[in-house]
Amino acid sequence: MSRVMVGVKRVVDYAVKVRVASDKKAVDLANVKMSMNPFCEIAVEEAVRLKEAKKASEIIAVSIGPKQAQETLRTALAMGCDRAIHITTDLRTDQELGPKGVAKLLAAVAEKESPDVVIVGKQAIDGDMGCTGSMLAAYMDVPQCTFAAKIDLDAKTVERETDAGTEVVSFPSLPAVFTADLRLNEPRYATLPNIMKAKKKKMDTIAAADLVADLTDGNTVLEVFEPAPRAAGVLVDDVDALVDKLKNEAAVI
Amino acid sequence: MSIARLAARSLRSAAPRSAVARSLSSRPGVTMFSEEENMVRDMAASWCEQELKPHVRAMDTKGEMQPEIVKSLFDNGLMGMEIPEQFGGSGMNFTSACIAIEEIAKVDPSFAILVDIQNTLTNNAIRFWGSQELQDEWLPRLATDCASSFCLSEAGSGSDAFAMQTKADLSADGSHYTINGTKLWISNSSEAGVFLVFANADLSKGYKGITAFVIDAKTEGISLGRKERKLGLRASSTRPVTFENVKVDAKNVLGEVGQGYKYAIEILNEGRIGIGAQQLGIAKGAFNATMPYLFERKQFGTRIGDFQMMQQQYSQLATEIHAVETMMYNACRMKEAGVPFIKEASMVKLYSSQVAEKVASKCIEFCGGVGFTEDLMVEKFYRDCKVGSIYEGTSNIQLQTIAKLISKEY
Repeated sequence: MSRVMVGVKRVVDYAVKVRVASDKKAVDLANVKMSMNPFCEIAVEEAVRLKEAKKASEIIAVSIGPKQAQETLRTALAMGCDRAIHITTDLRTDQELGPKGVAKLLAAVAEKESPDVVIVGKQAIDGDMGCTGSMLAAYMDVPQCTFAAKIDLDAKTVERETDAGTEVVSFPSLPAVFTADLRLNEPRYATLPNIMKAKKKKMDTIAAADLVADLTDGNTVLEVFEPAPRAAGVLVDDVDALVDKLKNEAAVI
Repeated sequence: MSIARLAARSLRSAAPRSAVARSLSSRPGVTMFSEEENMVRDMAASWCEQELKPHVRAMDTKGEMQPEIVKSLFDNGLMGMEIPEQFGGSGMNFTSACIAIEEIAKVDPSFAILVDIQNTLTNNAIRFWGSQELQDEWLPRLATDCASSFCLSEAGSGSDAFAMQTKADLSADGSHYTINGTKLWISNSSEAGVFLVFANADLSKGYKGITAFVIDAKTEGISLGRKERKLGLRASSTRPVTFENVKVDAKNVLGEVGQGYKYAIEILNEGRIGIGAQQLGIAKGAFNATMPYLFERKQFGTRIGDFQMMQQQYSQLATEIHAVETMMYNACRMKEAGVPFIKEASMVKLYSSQVAEKVASKCIEFCGGVGFTEDLMVEKFYRDCKVGSIYEGTSNIQLQTIAKLISKEY
């Protein structure tokens, strides 16, 4: 049976209408509802299903962020993870701490915990970087199966969703990193009895600086701005006029 | 020392304002919840959004609850919130139950009443007064798969509950009772697997003969009458329940014979807060369904939500909703703290139903013509809220209860 490590991230709730902060440096997070990243929920669900199928012995949920990241970890515990590790940092997890830093931190935890299976969401809905899983596999020097729609640990295959259709890839061995895509599964609700049980599960805390010295990201955010408001459309008389406008005005063909 | 120097000294040595403010505030506000309570709210809101919301209109039109959704309530622990874990319940507190009821009511008040009656009336009555045998038998079932109804009212006894005529005759050998009578206005009756029934075991003693029984819905002699065709809460099954020579083992008496009147009053005192949670959810549901529209709809080149008259009106509504919220959760905390809360619970029930009706009504107006149609949910909240001032103690009864308690204070 495998030990599974799952990365979970606390992000702006998907239903929130985000606003840019007045200094145009970041999204305004004051008083905004935060939740577990939807792809992280799918990652947790997959891990819990592995445990229920007796393919996993223990699930460790890991999150990086301020104190409130513990709420996200509690939800992971309530969904069925066994214990949690909270890596504390004051860096903004939506832009200051990038995929490189996250991957280094998760790799450091993996070195201590020796998971056989690592599952993370394919991307976080705040940064939408989609890099962490791959970078993590590189730091851990293990195979990666990204955009997983189905994971078969016995056959050592993963079905991946691509624009051209579903692709089946095989991985040589564990440990390996998997990134969860939308249709991997449908996450469960944390049932109320499990919410109460989560209170008693172990949560360890460690400072990010104690794990990894250099967390600087390769990128710096210069400005955050809203997309231009949609302009009114133009009515055209015929297809020729349409093609002309697409070619010469919008320059998209 | 001069005032100026005193002021200068205190300004220099003052700690940052927020730190001072925090250290002086030693108790959280009633709308500041624990981590678990917040998780309950998040979970209930998600569940409602995914599992309940898509089907609400259809269930209202059909006048029926979809059984899979009722089952999902059980599977997620929402029907046994305060039942201890050893019975398969969620082991939570009363506030958590009210949080869940509020969230569900924001989406479908019919489901909220199902969850409210189960948790705040049936489950708690059995926990408080049930024998160990009754608890062992019913609490696990109530937590996992068995819905319940609270059978008190009859055709001739609503507010005057003690005038009930349903009789419970003890057998000669004392082993069982035979129940005869018809209960009216029984919510959840189609879904219920168990009835909590109040019947008089000795009419010569008047209300002091009223006894509570826990009766399996499948017991021979029980029949359900025609579903009421109601203005609101249409998905909630409200039917007469007739007991015809229904034999009930004496062990199914809840608590003591002749104490049923007391249990009914006491459990309804608490259930009132749950109704407050439902009414709060209705008010918020109507408000939340309306506000986005106000900032989309433009008239005279302006978003209607920006007109001063609209601002004045929706600010007033929001203020009253907030008042109900603090009042209701405060009553929850008083009950949990074990201090007397009857007056406050009564006030919650009274006021929350008034605010729900006012908010729902105004929200229809805010939406204009389309608010009057089924295209928007706001008309449903208006229909659903009306019974709030009627069931579980009419508003007039609440006023009387509050008056009696006030008169004792002076």
